[in-house]
Amino acid sequence: MSNHHHKETFITKYVFSTDHKMISKQYLITGIFMGVIGVFMSILFRLQIAWPEESFTIIEAFLGRHQDGGVMTPDMYLALVTIHGTIMVFFVLTAGLSGTFSNLLIPLQIGARDMASGFLNMVSYWLFFLSSVIMLISLFVEAGPAAAGWTIYPPLSALPQAMPGSGLGMTLWLVSMAIFIASSLLGSLNYIVTVLNLRTVGMKMTRLPLTIWAFFVTAIIGVVSFPVLLSAALLLIFDRSFGTSFYLSDIFIQGEVLHYQGGSPVLFEHLFWFLGHPEVYIVILPAMGIVSEVLAANSRKPIFGYRAMIGSIIAIAFLSTIVWGHHMFVSGMNPFLGSVFTFTTLLIAIPSAVKSFNWLTTMWKGNLQMNTATLFSIGFVSTFITGGLTGLVLGDSALDINVHDTYFVVAHFHLVMGVSAIYGMFAGVYHWFPKMFGRMMNKTLGYWHFWITAVAAYGVFFPMHFVGLAGLPRRYYSNTAFPLFDDVADVNIVITLFAILGGASQIIFLANFFISIYKGKKAEQNPWKSNTLEWTTPVEHIHGNWPGKIPHVYRWAYDYSKPGHPEDFVVQTTPLLDGEEES
Amino acid sequence: MTAILYILLTIVLAVAIWQITSILNLKGVIATEKDNNTQGILFVAFGVFFYGLMVFSFWKYSIILLPEAASVEGERYDNLYLITMLLILFVQAITQFLLFFFAFKYRGIKGRKAFFYADSHKLEMIWTIIPSVVLAGLVLYGLSVWNDVMDTSDAENPLIIEVYAKQFQWEARYAGDDNELGLANVRNIKGINTMGVDMTDKNALDDVPVRELRLPKGRKVIFKFRSQDVLHSAYMPHFRAQMNCVPGMVTQFAFTPSMTTEEMRANEATIAKVEGINKIRAEKGEDAYEFDYLLLCNKICGSSHYNMQMKIIVEEEAEFNSWLKSQKTMAQVLQ
Repeated sequence: MSNHHHKETFITKYVFSTDHKMISKQYLITGIFMGVIGVFMSILFRLQIAWPEESFTIIEAFLGRHQDGGVMTPDMYLALVTIHGTIMVFFVLTAGLSGTFSNLLIPLQIGARDMASGFLNMVSYWLFFLSSVIMLISLFVEAGPAAAGWTIYPPLSALPQAMPGSGLGMTLWLVSMAIFIASSLLGSLNYIVTVLNLRTVGMKMTRLPLTIWAFFVTAIIGVVSFPVLLSAALLLIFDRSFGTSFYLSDIFIQGEVLHYQGGSPVLFEHLFWFLGHPEVYIVILPAMGIVSEVLAANSRKPIFGYRAMIGSIIAIAFLSTIVWGHHMFVSGMNPFLGSVFTFTTLLIAIPSAVKSFNWLTTMWKGNLQMNTATLFSIGFVSTFITGGLTGLVLGDSALDINVHDTYFVVAHFHLVMGVSAIYGMFAGVYHWFPKMFGRMMNKTLGYWHFWITAVAAYGVFFPMHFVGLAGLPRRYYSNTAFPLFDDVADVNIVITLFAILGGASQIIFLANFFISIYKGKKAEQNPWKSNTLEWTTPVEHIHGNWPGKIPHVYRWAYDYSKPGHPEDFVVQTTPLLDGEEES
Repeated sequence: MTAILYILLTIVLAVAIWQITSILNLKGVIATEKDNNTQGILFVAFGVFFYGLMVFSFWKYSIILLPEAASVEGERYDNLYLITMLLILFVQAITQFLLFFFAFKYRGIKGRKAFFYADSHKLEMIWTIIPSVVLAGLVLYGLSVWNDVMDTSDAENPLIIEVYAKQFQWEARYAGDDNELGLANVRNIKGINTMGVDMTDKNALDDVPVRELRLPKGRKVIFKFRSQDVLHSAYMPHFRAQMNCVPGMVTQFAFTPSMTTEEMRANEATIAKVEGINKIRAEKGEDAYEFDYLLLCNKICGSSHYNMQMKIIVEEEAEFNSWLKSQKTMAQVLQ
């Protein structure tokens, strides 16, 4: 089975590969590329927010006709925040995060030779690649890319008369997202089938590492919710191109009455957030899985409350599909619905609290190995708690009224799902880099990368809460039209300086990452002394993962520092000792 | 100035690249005991930075926050907000402390074995039940405030005002003597009938169209929101009020103003905030600013979204009534 003798060409090995390990690398590199663009955009619009009338050569150089003497146009500002959001949420934190680590770890950690369908897996990546290309092409459209916010609420996104970005730019956005959704569905189905069917002998569901549980449940959420976004996008395409009125009614724009009658933008909001809210868990659950694994391995301790962790993942997944309305408290929907969604939303705080306390307890009385991945995992717990707590304000319909759509929201979700998920992704990259590339990343650079990023992230998003509480709405090109907000200007400068620092520090990561691929120190087979199966495969990648038979599993993944064993880790393939009880 | 900035930037980049390549020659890849020690201490330092940043932000930035609520409903809002915020800060302070402390205290030492501790139902029950109980309380209180704000069925003699949104300005219409708004639809928009009021509806005749919003202190105001083109959101932060304006439907929000513009200008927090703003404006050579309530657009609506505003004036009811009397009705305007 393992000794396939057919010849691999460059094309089948590096381009149209069906090997999950190669596809995982393709996802990661594409994700990093998109991430660089997304972060760069945020630096550009942060310059505008901090110094609204100042001229910048960098803006002049990059924004072409969408700037005037080094100052970006209002439409370009909105386009930048829109595409930044889209790229970071979907292309980096969904495809880049799930795509990379689900592909790499699902077969390796459950003891399978590859994904259930290598071909579908390849198609999934190339659809993602195609959608990335289309999204990038949309940046060069004459009137500019989509600019209605990443939530693309109609009628703004439906009517080219309403803003320049709602013309061809918006069409390309929708086409790109439709392809992206197809890619995501193919990937997710593959992950689900693989986890259910291809686990090796002895790998019961209750012996799976939490990474696999997280990826598995994430895939289920994706399959349940992404099709709804597809339908929302299709109906929007109908409204835009074929004159239907799903979302539009009674519109008078630029001196004329449009024919639309009977639709409602609120319908779009429901459909959008039915994906949009589960989407934040699609982003954060894989990061939680990675952090659970990395924290346990580096604390040299079992993850605390394994079953409770699984329970919380499932609870979060279930609840995530019934909380979408908390994005719509002031949308004009019935206030009674607001009450219902407040209730379900605050329920989700309970499994989140359980997970946070369990991570803390995992560290308690551990023997923490401060590898770079550990630092990012601890950083994850910190930003997840800080960001999660302000969810108590936003999830409460009454309190949401006055902070809805202000910078308070921006600060909240960037900490709880943006920074946290990125930290999870970094933890994953540092931890599994030896598995992906057979070499190690440099730890000193890793430390510098973490500490500068950690200081910058809080420097950006902690003061930002205050900007929101001052009543400043998000997505304002400039607040010079309001003397009321003149005193916010200083805070905005501080935030932008930290943003530039944080953005620039990612260069350290990029250098470390790309140089280590070629020049890094050769990895040992099990560098972190982990229990999980991926470290039983040879360092050099082979098709089929294990040279001989696939390993059998006799215990769960978290027997770290178990009494009665000489080492402080016990690989899952180790049979139980005489009289040893399974944990 | 920018030239120097770019030169500096180039130097920093060059130094950074040089440093990065020299660090890369160090082949350290796995944390040693010395690393564990250094990083553990750095987590303590980070904890100090973290709490320092919190304290600094509260000390330095509290001045930019909104002053106390200017509506009766807003006072309840502020109270709920305060309780929630105290709870958040309490939990935040404890959990982050534990996190950074554990990172320091349990930093790896060679030869030490970690404590094998996989499960404790008792502990897990504690941190399931305590958050549940606290959240239940918060939900109940929150919902009572929410119902209080959203339910207008028991309002006595409320003032009815339509707030009308379009790219990129606000208009408004008072319901007039009969306190009932006439029907309206965008298909009736013509000439100076910019809100599309249906003049065949007799309720419409006494409606009063305005470009400046005035509200009486102490009387409940029910706002009816419409939009003619895209989504907008009517945000009145000082009153803790916000509602989206949705084309094709009428949305609603209500509050009772409790402080006139003059009273708010005399409020201590407002005075401090305005002083701060005027100091900044003086430095830039701009005119002094005087406090006013505002209606802002808070839903992305196009290029001039950032400048879609209307002034709101709150005054005593008698003053308000005489002002409203002096305004022309729809019938008079369209004559």
